[in-house]
Amino acid sequence: MLDVVKTIPIEYYVYLSSLLFCIGVFGVLIRRNAIVVLMCIELMLNAVNLLLAAFSTYLSDAQGQIMVFFIMVVAAAEAAVGLGILVMIFRNTKSTDIYSLDSLKH
Amino acid sequence: MEKLIPLIPFLPFLGFAVNGLFGRNWSKSTVGLIGSGTLLVSFLLSVACFNQVAATGPIHTVLYNFLTVDSLSVNFSFLVDQLSVWMMLIVTGVGFLIHVYSIGYMHDDEGFWKFFAYLNLFIFSMLLLVMGDNLVMLFFGWEGVGLCSYLLIGFWYTNKDFSKAARKAFIMNRIGDLGLLLGIFLIFKTFGSVTYTDIFARIETVNPDPAIMTTICLLLFVGAMGKSAQIPLYTWLPDAMAGPTPVSALIHAATMVTAGIYLVARCNPLYNLSPDALSVVAAIGLITSIWAGLIGLRQNDIKKVLAYSTVSQLGLMFVSLGMGAYVSAMFHVTTHAFFKALLFLGAGSVIHAMGGEQDIRNMGGLRKSLPVTFWIFVVGTFAISGFPLLAGFFSKDEIFANTYAAGGSLWWGLAGLGGLITAIYMCRLLFVTFFGNFRGTAEQKHHLHESPGVMTIPLIVLAILSVAGGFLNTPHFLHLGTPQWMAHFLEPVVRNTNLAHGGEPHHLPESTEWALMAFTTSLALLVIIISYFVYAVRRSLPVADTDQTGLTRLLARKFYVDEIYDFLFVKPTEKISQLLHYFADVWAIDGLVNGVGSGIKVLGAQFRKLQNGNMEYYLLGMVVGAVLLFLTLFM
Repeated sequence: MLDVVKTIPIEYYVYLSSLLFCIGVFGVLIRRNAIVVLMCIELMLNAVNLLLAAFSTYLSDAQGQIMVFFIMVVAAAEAAVGLGILVMIFRNTKSTDIYSLDSLKH
Repeated sequence: MEKLIPLIPFLPFLGFAVNGLFGRNWSKSTVGLIGSGTLLVSFLLSVACFNQVAATGPIHTVLYNFLTVDSLSVNFSFLVDQLSVWMMLIVTGVGFLIHVYSIGYMHDDEGFWKFFAYLNLFIFSMLLLVMGDNLVMLFFGWEGVGLCSYLLIGFWYTNKDFSKAARKAFIMNRIGDLGLLLGIFLIFKTFGSVTYTDIFARIETVNPDPAIMTTICLLLFVGAMGKSAQIPLYTWLPDAMAGPTPVSALIHAATMVTAGIYLVARCNPLYNLSPDALSVVAAIGLITSIWAGLIGLRQNDIKKVLAYSTVSQLGLMFVSLGMGAYVSAMFHVTTHAFFKALLFLGAGSVIHAMGGEQDIRNMGGLRKSLPVTFWIFVVGTFAISGFPLLAGFFSKDEIFANTYAAGGSLWWGLAGLGGLITAIYMCRLLFVTFFGNFRGTAEQKHHLHESPGVMTIPLIVLAILSVAGGFLNTPHFLHLGTPQWMAHFLEPVVRNTNLAHGGEPHHLPESTEWALMAFTTSLALLVIIISYFVYAVRRSLPVADTDQTGLTRLLARKFYVDEIYDFLFVKPTEKISQLLHYFADVWAIDGLVNGVGSGIKVLGAQFRKLQNGNMEYYLLGMVVGAVLLFLTLFM
């Protein structure tokens, strides 16, 4: 298994993770739909997870993978809370458009 | 006794504080009692001081060290020597009589308590001025007196003209004060001390440059000019008539204007080193004396005539000081305090009876309805005119004799002219006011009444002093009482010096003295008689303002000095102020302050756009920030 992972050079993992992370960032910045924004946040977290797992394997150090599990747990909790907030927003505004949430300005 | 000395100035101060804080709710008799009672105690203590000083010499009391900076050390301390105890007696004595008189005069005034508080503060300042043992204490008193004159002249401040007169007095005094202050600085620089005894003791060792001494003396004299109303700073004094009449009496007789004379007399060791400065003092005094006398000839306001006579008499005192006859000047201060207070309070009594009328053209024939006031006025007028054996006779004669001895016949003639003019306008005032027919309205005639006892009794006391005051210092050749008693008393501090004769007092031959005295006296008598015929028998009246022509008009308008000052100083100052107001204040300072405000506002409006409430902008900012951080850290 380790060898399979190592057949792909580490640079490719870095490129892929960066790409995924950037997609997540741009998604958060550009999309209006709160559900998509949440998904993009998940994407960013998982980009980091992927990178951590790859480095962990290459360096033969389990710490990185332990970190990945932590992040997954936190991401699950975050998703639960985020979706909960989202449901409440939808109940109040009848939309999932984050642009409608500008009452701070007024 | 030493322990009691601080009480002399601080009792009036206590009266000021108590009346000023609580007097509003107290009855007028309580306020009056506190006001004059504190002063009476001060007067009695001053008398006790006088006895002790006469017996054992000066008393020096140090209360505390007021300030010490490097080599400058100023004590809050009193020096009660012959000169200051003399002034204390005048200030508290005449001041007390004026206080008592005010109880009657101001009885119907709403600000009764305030008036007494100010009067007491005035006396306190004046006592500080004369009792301090150094120039800084003198300066405190000097400023306090200036402040109180402002408060009292503008006492009826709702009248715009009165409050303007108050401001005028204050500003004119400030000009003089600057001179005094610079003089004190220069004294400190030269002698390294501001205490009188130190300064005078160091004259020998420091041996200052004559030019510096002249500068010091002239600067001090500028201060004296302001306080004692000499040309060119005299115009405030006639306007000071805006205050209630007791105030005029207080300013003109016992306090304030005597401060300048006191200053020069106190600093006589300095003036003796500068004959040039003394000449300037004498010249200014002489010009003022004649100038103010001429104006006084054609004034029709009873108080204005007295005001110009004060200016003129002060001029005479400065002539005396300038001739080195310091004691004669102090003597004239004393007698002048008596008869000028008398005249002013008498004028107050007339104004009181006439229901506020001050124009002598609307009076006349008052001797029947106001007998006490009339006789008092006669005493005052004759005393100031130099009627034989009255107070002014001796003091003026002494000034003339000293002027003749030190300055020669020209000075004597001009000073005598000043004195003669005084006699002319005072007699005019007396005869126009009290003789002839009554020229006021029927209502005023009905209202005419003699003033109450609380007003006439102080007048009678002052009248007695005006009669007897001259015997304090009778000339040697008359052999009356103790000749030169006052001069002997003051000798340790100040004595007549004739610089032209090696600093010795003048000694004219007796025959010359007799001749001088006979000449001036006969002239004064002649003036009295002529005035009697012109104004009392022929009943010639001053013309109405609109009929004035030529010289009369020039004199009645006071040589247009106020207008000239207005044109030369007031208007340009106003113009400059307006320019400064526009450029410095509105444009520069306001512009700066408002500019900072509106700049921040504009900036804030720009920054506010960042805070638009849209989540993605914040996120974008976060991302941009993170990227920048990343770039700076790792690139």
